[in-house]
Amino acid sequence: MAIATEKLIADLQSTFGTALSNFEQPYGLLTFQTNKDSIIRVLKYLNENETYRFHFLTDVCGVHYPASKELAVVYHVQSMENNFRLRIKVFIPESNPKIPTATVLYESANWQERETYDFYGVIFEGHPNLVRILNVDDMVAFPMRKEHPLEDPNRIDKNDTYFGR
Amino acid sequence: MAHIQLGSDSLEKETTTLNLGPTHPATHGVFQNVLEMDGERIVSAVSTIGYIHRAFEKIAEHRPYYQITPLTDRLNYCSSPINNFGWHLTVEKLLNIETPKRVDYMRIIIMELARISDHLICNGILGVDTGAFTGFLYLMQERENIYEIYEEICGARLTTNFGRVGGFERDFNDIAILKTKKFLATFPKVMRSFEELFNRNRIFIDRTVGVGAISAEKALNYGFTGPCLRATGIDYDVRTANPYSSYQEFDFEIPVGTNGDTYDRYMVRNEEIWQSLRLIEQALAKMEKEPKGIFHADVPAYYLPEKQDVYSNMEALIYHFKIVMGEVDMPKGELYHAVEGGNGELGFYLISEGGRSPYRLHFRRPCFIIYQAFAEIAKGSLLSDAIVTMSSLNVIAGELDA
Repeated sequence: MAIATEKLIADLQSTFGTALSNFEQPYGLLTFQTNKDSIIRVLKYLNENETYRFHFLTDVCGVHYPASKELAVVYHVQSMENNFRLRIKVFIPESNPKIPTATVLYESANWQERETYDFYGVIFEGHPNLVRILNVDDMVAFPMRKEHPLEDPNRIDKNDTYFGR
Repeated sequence: MAHIQLGSDSLEKETTTLNLGPTHPATHGVFQNVLEMDGERIVSAVSTIGYIHRAFEKIAEHRPYYQITPLTDRLNYCSSPINNFGWHLTVEKLLNIETPKRVDYMRIIIMELARISDHLICNGILGVDTGAFTGFLYLMQERENIYEIYEEICGARLTTNFGRVGGFERDFNDIAILKTKKFLATFPKVMRSFEELFNRNRIFIDRTVGVGAISAEKALNYGFTGPCLRATGIDYDVRTANPYSSYQEFDFEIPVGTNGDTYDRYMVRNEEIWQSLRLIEQALAKMEKEPKGIFHADVPAYYLPEKQDVYSNMEALIYHFKIVMGEVDMPKGELYHAVEGGNGELGFYLISEGGRSPYRLHFRRPCFIIYQAFAEIAKGSLLSDAIVTMSSLNVIAGELDA
């Protein structure tokens, strides 16, 4: 059984209305945006809908957009029965990086959200154990944010201007 | 639960805290479990990971695309070619490069050899953890033969840095093909004797049947993929669900288990080894039908030219310089590409905003997601069973920590 993309989009739009936006299909993968108040409702709807059956949370990760002072949390969900993947993005402001946790629906979100918190400082509200997972506990920064350079900025042997970049 | 009775004023507690790891020989990698033990039974387990975190995702944001391949080597280092090709396939998808069929078949040969070596280590070590060392030694010799094939093709053995965006750096030589055929001829006998040693072995069955079982619903909820998911009875495999590298042309089966316990995981891996052998045979036959000498796609802007051309040909020199200095401008795009790694779905989520390096690259590491379930599986089991369970989940520290 295959999911018709147009029908899925229409169903989602009729259920959630303006909470969803920016439907795209980059490289054939249906992508849309939602807000932090609706994300759990959307995931729950997709998970519990008898036709779509998105029972599998493939991936959760963060992205930092310093230009707009935003963080994105990107969810990849998947319906194995229908062999269909979805990408859902939620943009949250850097100043108040809070989003409800998906652990209420998927156990697999637990460590993935901890990882996102660890690297981007996204606070997943309601998470059972939101502590750092890969970095040391007493680290103060969120290292994957773009303001943190990778190497010592005082090094001049890797200065890009010498190479015309 | 408590079998030790302490006085009400005692400062002692009724359970024992046991540190399993970070460098315990039975964990086969650097990660820690703090276990609360009641006698030999585990009351609770807390996993601590991150001991070999190397910030690959951060490093990848500062490197040209071809320099990210050696980072992927070090994820699941038991099957690094799969990681390498997974990354190359992701970049090829970004660039819309269509690889020649011969390249696809060459990749399948290497990827399936890598899958075999990954499963050999996992099942061999599972034998060691249950107290049987012999099988492991048989299999180590075969892994050595696989590594010799890698060595013949790319020069490396463990962290292979296989191939390039668009194909391979060089064609398979005759020795590599001979060694592959020799492996196909000799390996089944060793594999059969390994299976004879374990499959119906009374001690092995007692140690593994019903141990570390997880239901299909739970496994899905925990994000299981790969052999651990298939052992619960769900026939999800990226090679058939979203075929890449021409897997759709091949005839192979997806073995599944029923109980999702350690024994089923072991049997699924064994059966996958046989299926991989079938795939290699078919790929070799298909490869021989393709025109000889094609081992990369014709994409001069992304594929490093032959060294002799760099010295004699202007365009080759320009491309060589641009690629090596990381001056190749990549197109904008956002994509997720998954391959079936040794442990399950290995995904690459890539955002490119143009320029030389990815804007964001996230690795979906199957181990990292599967290992979350360990605390729940281990709860209430014996310590020795937890060790066997951990072994059969095939937790690879490199993939766990990225």
